[in-house]
Amino acid sequence: MTTIPTPHDHGHHEGSYLTPPKGGFFAAVIQWATTVDHKKLGVMYTVAVLSLFMVGGLAALLVRVELWEPTRVVLNEAGEAVTTGQFFQLGKTPAENYTWYNRFFTIHGAIMVFLVIVPGVPATLGNFLLPLMLGAKDVAFPRLNLLSWYIYCTGALFAILSLINTGVDTGWTFYAPYSSSHAANTYNNVVLMTTAAFILGFSSILTGLNFIVTIHKLRCPGMGWFDMPLFVWAMYATSIIQVLATPVIGITLLLLIFERIFHVGIFDPAMGGDPVLFQHFFWFYSHPVVYVMILPGMGIASEMIAVHARKPIFGYRAIAFASLGIAGVGFLVWGHHMFTAMGELASTIFSALTFFVAIPTAVKVFNWIATLYKGSIAFNTPMLYALTFLFLFSIGGLTGLPLATLATDMHLHDSYFVVAHFHYVMMGGTIIAFIGGLHHWWPKITGKMYTEWVGMTGCIMVFIGFNVTFFTQFFLGTQGMPRRYASYIDEFQTLHQISTVGSMILGAGMFVQLGNFLHSIVAGKKAPPNPWGGLSLEWYADSPPSEHNFHHEPILTHGPYDYEDVYPPHCDPADFPLPEPLPAGAKHH
Amino acid sequence: MTTIDTHSKRQPGWKRYAFANHFRNAEDEFDACKLGFWLFLATEILLFAGLFCAYAMYRVKFPEAFAAGSHHLDIRWGGLNTLVLLVSSFTVAMSIRCAQLDNQKWLRINLVITILCAFMFFFIKLTFEYIPKWSHGIRPGVLYSNPFAGHPQEPVWWSVYYGATGIHALHVLIGASLLLWCLYRSLRYKAYGPTHYTMLENSGLYWHLVDVIWIFLFPLLYLIH
Ligand code: HEM
Ligand SMILES: [Cu+2]
Repeated sequence: MTTIPTPHDHGHHEGSYLTPPKGGFFAAVIQWATTVDHKKLGVMYTVAVLSLFMVGGLAALLVRVELWEPTRVVLNEAGEAVTTGQFFQLGKTPAENYTWYNRFFTIHGAIMVFLVIVPGVPATLGNFLLPLMLGAKDVAFPRLNLLSWYIYCTGALFAILSLINTGVDTGWTFYAPYSSSHAANTYNNVVLMTTAAFILGFSSILTGLNFIVTIHKLRCPGMGWFDMPLFVWAMYATSIIQVLATPVIGITLLLLIFERIFHVGIFDPAMGGDPVLFQHFFWFYSHPVVYVMILPGMGIASEMIAVHARKPIFGYRAIAFASLGIAGVGFLVWGHHMFTAMGELASTIFSALTFFVAIPTAVKVFNWIATLYKGSIAFNTPMLYALTFLFLFSIGGLTGLPLATLATDMHLHDSYFVVAHFHYVMMGGTIIAFIGGLHHWWPKITGKMYTEWVGMTGCIMVFIGFNVTFFTQFFLGTQGMPRRYASYIDEFQTLHQISTVGSMILGAGMFVQLGNFLHSIVAGKKAPPNPWGGLSLEWYADSPPSEHNFHHEPILTHGPYDYEDVYPPHCDPADFPLPEPLPAGAKHH
Repeated sequence: MTTIDTHSKRQPGWKRYAFANHFRNAEDEFDACKLGFWLFLATEILLFAGLFCAYAMYRVKFPEAFAAGSHHLDIRWGGLNTLVLLVSSFTVAMSIRCAQLDNQKWLRINLVITILCAFMFFFIKLTFEYIPKWSHGIRPGVLYSNPFAGHPQEPVWWSVYYGATGIHALHVLIGASLLLWCLYRSLRYKAYGPTHYTMLENSGLYWHLVDVIWIFLFPLLYLIH
């Protein structure tokens, strides 16, 4: 059926990339610290990203705890006025405690955006899978890849320093002039945090650049552009945005740092500067970057759905081009974050353009659903995550529309509705796809199987917890609860409490997943090379792959989704039967 | 890029060069390096694009302040520096041409001229523009202390001026360092020749970028009043 050599074709066996070197612990540490192997780098990134995800997540839970009760001033027995309902008691006065609340949601937002979601999928699964899926030995510039990793570490270090040094209370958006002139802490923290984001930008640019060149130059013989798995297309579109948008945030943050240190007056209205210019710069980057966050998630969803539904993906080209379309239109809509700060004409144009983004997005959703239709759907953790992704992401995308509508956004802007919207897309979309993808490729990465029922339980807990937490916030937002406040009027308390309970279920679900992963590393069953019957090239490699991925350079003879014509490699054909040939003249579907 | 065997001195470095083994051949590797570098240059241009946007916005907002500020700039020093950069762009292109023709002597001479030009640019900028202005209190933002400001918003103009030319000057230094590294490798190993000159070519591209950005900065800052 296929001429791709499998690892068992010939006698000599190269060790897996996880085989420890001779010389004990230190040799292993040095090997990992100096490795240029994309697989090891992907694993190191995964550990770092997941650890920071835990820190950011715990910060979020603390924020939710503070919102359990509004702050009330009551009289105690002695007749003195005292403030109750403040969970963050870290300051000396109630006002200082509020500042601590601000710091905690900033810690949460900045870590999640700059250290988790933006680098998240490309640096972890992207690094690990891209060369494997292309049939290559490595990315185009392996040493640059190692450099990106250390730049990422340096950026993370700056962020952590700023947090240890009491943190930043500006929100992850660092709006000037508050961040540049007034923020309620010594200016070092804002400088440290923005420097961190600036440095992380370089890491992001270098990873994107590396991926673009890899995709152009290192596809294996026989692989044309339309033979690439859709995850690779998603990485391609993502990388383009990373390369083209990140420099703008670079210069913005640099100017903000100048502003903070020298008070150059570029963003500070007190000196003639224009704070709205900061917002334009910031969103010119940060809107395209939401697609850096979501496109990889969409790529993972395409893989999981096609493999676990055993159907050729519906509308391959439409999905591939939709990725590029989203990347392109995504550059033209940044103004929708500033409807309240712009003129009518500009707002109207940005509103209209924003609606256009929804089109390629919807194209993808319909294609995934069409792929599932009449597929032989495997009911396992990756598929459960893929369905969760579809459901949550659709809600997230659809709630973007009322925000893109000028009349409704006047009401919803800066409210919990926005908070719910972006959590549905960022967490419900990207993070869910990422965790699903980790399950899907876990056997390939670690060579171990995770426990299926635990994975499904975790996924269901996450699904319930997530919806309880964030669906409530749509109601809070429409009823007028503004975002970023530590207190609220009594009427909102029930909804806030429901949301907080949900966040605890969500957090517990995440720990179940973590436990499952850790258990599988220690005591998991050995994974076969192709547990799901996948057809893209990573399933041709060993589990875990050998040092140089393949024992021979693969030659591609079939597409990544030809489930109806090709038996999957390393599998018993009886487990994955091909469909009955159709009677002459009949058409599929 | 640097897999040169330093022990065998029999052959020039460019002949001994072996391409990295995840590429199919040296040509693929060269193309990949060039594509990567062009992408990197695109990010540099976008970085400066932000500065140009800020410039345009404040020029529209405070035209008098910008006119007043730009009168303090001396077209002669700016013009001389433009000339210096143009010459250096030519010589760096020549040194790449010499690599392709295996003319090692002129490759190095051209590189040396380019590097001298880079330092000349920096020297002129520092001694005839930055230092005198700074000492007269013509500084960015709150540091501005010149009693004869032509317009209350003039400090914003100086912020833009110092920001843009400062970041450009940093790029001049980075470019010069890259070229110095090339010169060292050329002297030491004869590293560049007809079949292998990736590093030299990319450093040259970087240098052209530094030049092109200045070609935009010069009229915007010095010529438009
Ligand atoms: C169907 C496509 C989408 C549309 C039409 C849309 C529309 C919008 C609009 C108009 C806003 C501004 C609301 C306001 O502040 O008043 C907004 C905010 C936001 N969106 Fe979306 N969006 C879409 C998809 C996404 C995706 C895929 C992501 C991320 C993965 C995302 C992340 C965000 C974030 C983070 C914010 C809030 C930023 C902040 O103020 O902190 N959106 N969206
Ligand atoms: Cu946006």
